[in-house]
Amino acid sequence: MMMTRRRVLALAGGAAVLPVLQFLPTSAFASVEETQKMIDEFAGGKELQSGKLTLTAPEIAENGNTVPITVEVDSAMEGDDLVQSVMILAEDNPRPEVATFNFTAMSGAAAATTRMRLARTQNVVALARMADGTVYMDKKEVKVTIGGCGG
Amino acid sequence: MAYSRRDFLQFSVSASAALATAGYLGNSTRALAQQRLTQEDLLRFDSKGQVTLLHFTDVHAQLAPVYFRPPDTNIGVGAYAGIPPHLVGDEFLKEFGIGRGTPLAYAHTFVDYVDLARTYGKLGGLDRTATLVKAIRADRGDDKVLFLDGGDTWQGSYTSLKTNGQDMIECMKLLKPDAMTGHWEFTFGSERFLEMVEAMGYPFLASNVFDSEWDEPAFENTAFFEKGGVSVAVIGQAMPYTPIANPRWMFPEWSFGIRPEVLQQNIDAAREQGAEVVVLLSHNGFDVDRKLAGILNGVDVILTGHTHDAVPVALEVDGTLIMASGSHGKFLGRIDLEVANGKVTGYSSSLIPVFSDVVAPDPEMAAKIAEFRDPHRAELERVLARTDSLLYRRGNFNGTWDDLICQGIIEERDTQISLSPGFRWGTTLLPGDDITVDDLYTETSMSYPQVYRNEMTGAQLKEILEDVCDNLFNKDPFFQQGGDMVRVGGMSYTCAVNETIGNRISDMRLTASGEPLDASSTYVVGGWASVNEGVEGPAIYDLMEGYLTRLGTVNVPDEQSVKIVV
Repeated sequence: MMMTRRRVLALAGGAAVLPVLQFLPTSAFASVEETQKMIDEFAGGKELQSGKLTLTAPEIAENGNTVPITVEVDSAMEGDDLVQSVMILAEDNPRPEVATFNFTAMSGAAAATTRMRLARTQNVVALARMADGTVYMDKKEVKVTIGGCGG
Repeated sequence: MAYSRRDFLQFSVSASAALATAGYLGNSTRALAQQRLTQEDLLRFDSKGQVTLLHFTDVHAQLAPVYFRPPDTNIGVGAYAGIPPHLVGDEFLKEFGIGRGTPLAYAHTFVDYVDLARTYGKLGGLDRTATLVKAIRADRGDDKVLFLDGGDTWQGSYTSLKTNGQDMIECMKLLKPDAMTGHWEFTFGSERFLEMVEAMGYPFLASNVFDSEWDEPAFENTAFFEKGGVSVAVIGQAMPYTPIANPRWMFPEWSFGIRPEVLQQNIDAAREQGAEVVVLLSHNGFDVDRKLAGILNGVDVILTGHTHDAVPVALEVDGTLIMASGSHGKFLGRIDLEVANGKVTGYSSSLIPVFSDVVAPDPEMAAKIAEFRDPHRAELERVLARTDSLLYRRGNFNGTWDDLICQGIIEERDTQISLSPGFRWGTTLLPGDDITVDDLYTETSMSYPQVYRNEMTGAQLKEILEDVCDNLFNKDPFFQQGGDMVRVGGMSYTCAVNETIGNRISDMRLTASGEPLDASSTYVVGGWASVNEGVEGPAIYDLMEGYLTRLGTVNVPDEQSVKIVV
């Protein structure tokens, strides 16, 4: 089909916008320091341990507006080995706090799944505080991409 | 290195010396080449054990034989640099002990491509593949052979587009696959996709596709087979980034991802159910599967697709065999397994190049292909233009087919800059060939073909290039989506592949004036295959039909618009 200039202009009027990353000023986002402050408050001075807590998130988000994540703590859910609280942070969102889940022995297991919005590629951090005060951390980078050029 | 000298020796024995050592370059005629190479040469194989796996992947709806020029640029990064499949040309030949000018050199590299294409002819054709599959089944016994389709089977041709994939469903059925997985299959839209899966009569396996609302498995993940007295489990893995690389709105019900932990659960479950051999039928792409081989426990074989890599033998990676069986019907992958006491104790492997001039077409398949192509014959063969240049697509940064498409968009839609997606499908035309409707659709046939026309700032263009580049050159393969770099027209740039996102792209300039692109200035940009819903504009194949007809003769200068820094 030959494209006349008139037709080109008409089509341009109805053309959809190509996906483009959001160009928000950096200052709109929480800094890594702010996230660190929240981690410190949650941990109450305890050293962060790894293991026990598993954060599952996609490597690349299919849709940055609703990213599924799961936290799971390997715990007997009794005595010292009881999960009190799990906090999820997104360190480059305008407000880093995503969710905090509180558990009791009656919960039976410490696992939760939710969806979150991610403004752009960033680290998602999960922290779990045990009854004995131990704090575990897991971290995953989730990429938010425009995609569209797969083979 | 992941394979040994021993593997290569096995390979040269099984694939016959005629394929790898005797060259015909320069002073030979095609007749001579054909005289020397026979169907028996292609089928010669060091048969072993109780189980034969046949792997066929990424045919992209190519029912007829094709030319497909292998890439001249296929860069690996980080731990994946300089190892298969990231070797091209002479490096590839050296690595696998293949002589220049030989049939295998032609099948696997771009070296002397045009001369060798004229000598050895086209590869592939589903009727030729059918002949080889039938011969292997007859030789080994049906009860020993598993034929597995790695996906990207339904999309990519004129007849596939016009019959909504029915041609591929009915032709593939004749090959009697035991299972398949997929990627572009989903771009037929969820309703048609499910209808086609229903119609094909063998399982569609996808361990990593989940219902997007409830996060429950959407498809069967594993199929069990008894072959040669051995229990074989086949686990399917669809392209993990289908909803990102392709329009999510066409199949909103499903969520994908690599989900290695789910794969491990399914492998463990298969072993518990008595599987002696576990095969992963994967559309992950080679480097993702190479990384997975080191993470997963209990996988014997990964049959890998998606990145269109063709490797002459199965590679051993952390105790797992990885077979990459190419694309467009050029190859048929074969692995024989010897199994004792629930363990693989020996194997032999070969990637069989399907030389269309030496393999007799299977009459049943040829008739079925004709049933779909004959009604469209006049249109398929309609000549739009003639090319004086070699037209190819595959390569990390550019190909002459996309240079032509980018120029077509600029001229037909009156833009300053054009973008063409880094698809790895699309075949090759030799200098002097006619460009037919069939050829044009082989480069452009898809379900979201609209060519948009938009204004973008220099900063937005950089952001797009950086983003796509990170999908290709992220040092962690789990972040690679398996396509090549988006192609550009009307501009040039420098790419430092080993940098990080945001730091790879520099020196962006308008080709016309040589001026640098300004971050805050606005440019008119055209492109096709946007993943967004509601994109308006002419279909790329209609736009290019107009452009090619107007040109009459195509001449694409072999110019690099990208300066690559490795």
